[in-house]
Formats: sequence, C-alpha cells, structure tokens
Amino acid sequence: MTTTKEPSRIAGIGVSPGIAIGPALVVRREVVAVTGITLANAAEVAAEIGRFDEAVSRSVAEVDGLIAGLTEAGNDEGLDILETQTEFLTDPQLRADVVQQIEEQFRTAHDALVGVTDALVQLFLNMDDAYMRARHADVRDAGDRILRHLGGRARQTRTYPEGCIIVADDLSPSDTIALDLTQVAGFATQMGGPTSHAAIVAKARGIPAVVGCVALLDGIKEGERLVLDGQAGELVLRPDDATTDIYREKQQHFAEQSAWLKSLRDVSAVTKDGCAVQLLANISEPADLDQVFENGGEGVGLLRTELLFLGRDSLPDEEEQFGFYQKIALKAGKRPVTIRTIDIGGDKEAPYLGLAREENPFLGYRAIRICLDRTDIFKTQLRAVLRASAFGNFNIMFPMIGSVQEVRAAKAVLQEVRKELAEEGVPFGAEMQTGIMIEIPAAAVIADLLAKEVDFFSIGTNDLIQYTLAVDRMNDQVAALYDGFHPAVLRLIARVIEEAHRAGIHVGMCGELAGDPHATRLLLGMGLRSFSMSAVSIPRIKQQVRETTLTDAQCIFEAAKGLDSADEIRAVCQSVN
Amino acid sequence: MIFKEYTILAPEGIHARPATALVRLVKKFKSGISLKKGEKTIQLNSLLNILALSTKGGDLVSVVIDGEDEAEAASAIDVFFKDLTA
Repeated sequence: MTTTKEPSRIAGIGVSPGIAIGPALVVRREVVAVTGITLANAAEVAAEIGRFDEAVSRSVAEVDGLIAGLTEAGNDEGLDILETQTEFLTDPQLRADVVQQIEEQFRTAHDALVGVTDALVQLFLNMDDAYMRARHADVRDAGDRILRHLGGRARQTRTYPEGCIIVADDLSPSDTIALDLTQVAGFATQMGGPTSHAAIVAKARGIPAVVGCVALLDGIKEGERLVLDGQAGELVLRPDDATTDIYREKQQHFAEQSAWLKSLRDVSAVTKDGCAVQLLANISEPADLDQVFENGGEGVGLLRTELLFLGRDSLPDEEEQFGFYQKIALKAGKRPVTIRTIDIGGDKEAPYLGLAREENPFLGYRAIRICLDRTDIFKTQLRAVLRASAFGNFNIMFPMIGSVQEVRAAKAVLQEVRKELAEEGVPFGAEMQTGIMIEIPAAAVIADLLAKEVDFFSIGTNDLIQYTLAVDRMNDQVAALYDGFHPAVLRLIARVIEEAHRAGIHVGMCGELAGDPHATRLLLGMGLRSFSMSAVSIPRIKQQVRETTLTDAQCIFEAAKGLDSADEIRAVCQSVN
Repeated sequence: MIFKEYTILAPEGIHARPATALVRLVKKFKSGISLKKGEKTIQLNSLLNILALSTKGGDLVSVVIDGEDEAEAASAIDVFFKDLTA
C-alpha cells in the first residue's frame, strides 16, 4: 500500500551540529523477557552459576576481540567504551548480586541477570547527575552482551547503506562502536541525552545527531527520506523539494563555517610580525567554559558573578558561592580566570538587599560602592573566591572604581579576609593578582595614580563609553550617540594602556569593543595585548590579529589620532592595508 | 592500615574512564582498598560501585588501604587522585 504523506517535523535535542539528508535506517533494541523458570535443586543452582561465569568469559573474550580490532583502526573513543565495558562484565558486585538471586530465589542465570541489570539501570536513571544517568546505557549494554552469550546467540552484524540516517529507539555504546561512521550521514534516537555515548561519539566525529526525540519510531518507516538538523535538534520527515533545497544550502553554509572555525581554533593569536596577543572570554557560569574552549579562548578575562545573586530571595552563603567558583576553577584548570566582584545596583533584581529605587541607578549605589558599605556581603564573596582560588588560577578585580581611596579600602578588606583564612588554616591561592575595572572616566584620567595600587587594569568599554559620552544606549532617542570610536573614548583608552605600560602592570579590555573586529588593529596599535569578549567572537578577532602586523596597527593608531569624528576614525580602521 | 583523604579535582567527578583506570589499578594489589564518601563506603574493585557513588568535583573522599602491599598501593592511589583533573 502506498500513501502520500505530508512532510512533518519531530523535535529533539541537538547534540552534534550539522545537516544530514538521506534515507532512514530503523534500528530497534530487542526486548528481553523474564522466563519465570524456578530451579529445582542445588545441582541446578551450581550449574546456573557456572553458566553465568561461562557467559561472562565468552563476553570478555568477544570484547577483547573488538578491542584488538579497534586498536588496529586507531579508534580511541571506541576503545574507552570497551575497556569500561570489560570492567562492567567482570564487576564483582554484579556477579555477587546475580549469584545471590540464583542461590536464594532459585532463578535461572538469565532471569537473575535481567533482574539485577534492571535494578542497576533504575539506580543510574535515578541519579541527579546527567552524566551518571547516561551510564545506565553502559550497564544495560554489558547485561545484554552476557544475556546473548547465555542464550548462545552470536552478535549479529548490520550493514549500513551509504548516506543513511540511523533512526533508533536507543543506541547502546556497543551499537555506537559498531556503526560504520564513514557510511552513516547522521543519527536520531528516541532515548538518550547529551552525555550518552552516541552523542559524545557523534560530536567527536562531526556527525549530525539529535537525541531525545519523543515517539520518533512511530512516525518513520525504513527507507523514508529524512532531513536531520543537529543544530536545531529537529528532523523533517518526507521533506518536499523546496525544503530539501533550503537544507542543502544550510548544509553547505555549515561546512564552510566549521572549516573556518577549525582552521582558527588551534592556531595562536600572533600578528604576522610575531606579536602574541591574549584572547579571553567573558562568561557568567561554569557551563559557559565549554564554548570558550571550543572557540579557542585561552582563559576568562571576565567572570561576572551577578548570576549568583539575581533572581532569588536571599543572599547566597559562602558555601554556595564557593561551590560555584570551585567548579569554574576545576574546569578552567591552569587557564587564567579573572573574577569581577559583585556588580549589582538598583537596576538589578535582588530584593533581599533592600536597595531603594533610584532615579539614576547607573550613577547610584552599586557595585564596589555597596561592597565597601556592606562589608559582610563583600567579605563572604572574597572568602569564597579566595578558597576556590586554591583549585585554579584566579585573579580578582573590583568594578566601578572611581578613586584611589576606594581601591585601598577594597584591598584592605581583601587583606583582612586573607589574614582570617590564614589564621583558620584554610588554603587559598597565594598568587592571586588584584586589579580593577577602568570604566568610570575619572579612573581613566587618574590611571597613573591607580596603577601604583594594583597588579592589573581591565578596561570595561560599555560603561566607559556611556559615562564618557553621557549616553544611555537603551534610550532610542540618544542611542546613536553611543560610539566606541568617539575620539574622547579612544583617548581615554589609549591613556589607560600607556599608563599601565609605564607602571609595568598588565592591562586588558573586557568590553564589547574588544570583540569588535573593526577596533582590533587600532587597539593593538595603542599597545593592547589582552582582549576579552564573548566566546563566539574569538575566532573573528583571532583572524584579525593573524592578518595584521604591529607596524600596520601602529599606523592606524597614528592616523586615527589626528581625526575629529568617530566616523572618520572608523573609516581608517576599516581601511585595507 | 593506611588512611588517606582526597578532594576530587576533576570538575565532573570520577567519570567512567578514570573509574575504569582506578579499578584496574586497585586490582593490581593484594590489599583491600575501600573508599568512603559521606556515610557510604564501597570496595574500589567494583566499577559499578564507584559510579553509583556519583562523586562530584570538590567532594571530599577517604581511602582505606589494608594489606601486605599497602604502602605500594597507597602511593599508586596517591598518584591517581593527584592526576585526576579535567
């Protein structure tokens, strides 16, 4: 019977980006049932235990054979999965549980193993951690392998037609290894999450994949045409020609984009004449770090800590904050992370602070001004950051600094906290450097004085621009006046960089201007060597750095100096050398 | 008997790959080696038990090593936990 069906879409979780177009190949897991047979006597019990041990041995031998095959092929991810499976197969706890069920409940080895595996699968599925939940598949996989050998069945091998899209209820780790990935265009599963083996392998191999597609198998027939979008996490069933064309174009675009990113990720940010530049990212939480590494960021130039404080009813205590910073420290490892202390004010939602509504929150009671007043809040944060710094490479900086006295006061509190921790015998990173944000024009003007007080400056361009030009860019009527290329802003930035160099301290930039490719050469020309931006901007800025020379950058800066309008300066910055 | 304490430095805890390495390491020694997290104690020769403990980065665990080759086992375990990072 043939029926013409309309195209339809199925949503899931995209775990490996890219577009696949091809025929569906449907894979289903065999359902294993309990037999209910009861053993008659002690001899049968002993025989069943023997059969179980025998099946485990044969399973281990089978996996050893697969390992030998993969070693030859140099497939490392597959090897890890199989080495782990060997340990599951021979796990003393697994055997003890199975033997107990055979001996005490007179169940067959088959039934005992099904029972034990099901219980373990449930145990893992109930865990609070997504990674550990996904391990239920490894347990199930090991159990299934032993079951097959108990039943005397050999592993069946499937063949995959070239360019097919695998559509499965679930792919076991073993399935994932068995997949001939050179033939498969993509895969979609009904079960599974972002940390399943299928997802990890797909990502490592650059094969588009979507998991967690509810009711996937109800709608798809073997051989039916499919489009799989691993970025959007979507499948299109029976796409018409127009839809297919749109996705072919997307496919092409994605291929070009990823080739470009790949070509930049692992190369260093060095100008043509050999000047190395540090490219960092601005982040808000631990999970953001993945994207930083994917885009080739060397570390974190700005960790905003507001996320810890917003959208809640009470202050986060020291332990909660410590956990947050520690996660970041462990994940970043040796890479530098600069933490900005709370930058909160009347415009942000933290009702428990009891901040009054202000006419002009950006000129009001906020950031370091609150911290120096409410030292209880400040000290808690500093304690948590210092304790976590023992696990990573942290620097700390204070926002909204407008005077030398504020820096000294903030440093005094930090010193007090250090002393307390030392007295309590609590470990913390002794190397942690202290810096300030330069975002108030006053700070830029007295950069020479401030430089004597700190280890580094970080220029926050967003606030520096709005304060220097007295423009609220959220106000449509004046937003056009907000311009980072305004000569006043650029003079302040150049001055800050110059004074930092004169004092021999580090200077970086963490505002939007740092991620603007048109500003890269100009800032390099001013002497800036450290840029922090949103992770996705890093490849573009790296490309800028790699295509320029220091001489060219200095020429741009010299040329910009004599100009009196932002538009003219921007034009010089965009000129091709 | 040797008693050791470690903070788990791997941000995501002990994942399958390092857990496999740990089990294999432990099996090389004759000593009984157990690990305690909070109220739970497990034998370190079982991958299932290590994973079921679901350790997280920053967790404090203690290891007890008891047997004829405990000194060698303890130093090997020490290296394992110090190398266990991202």
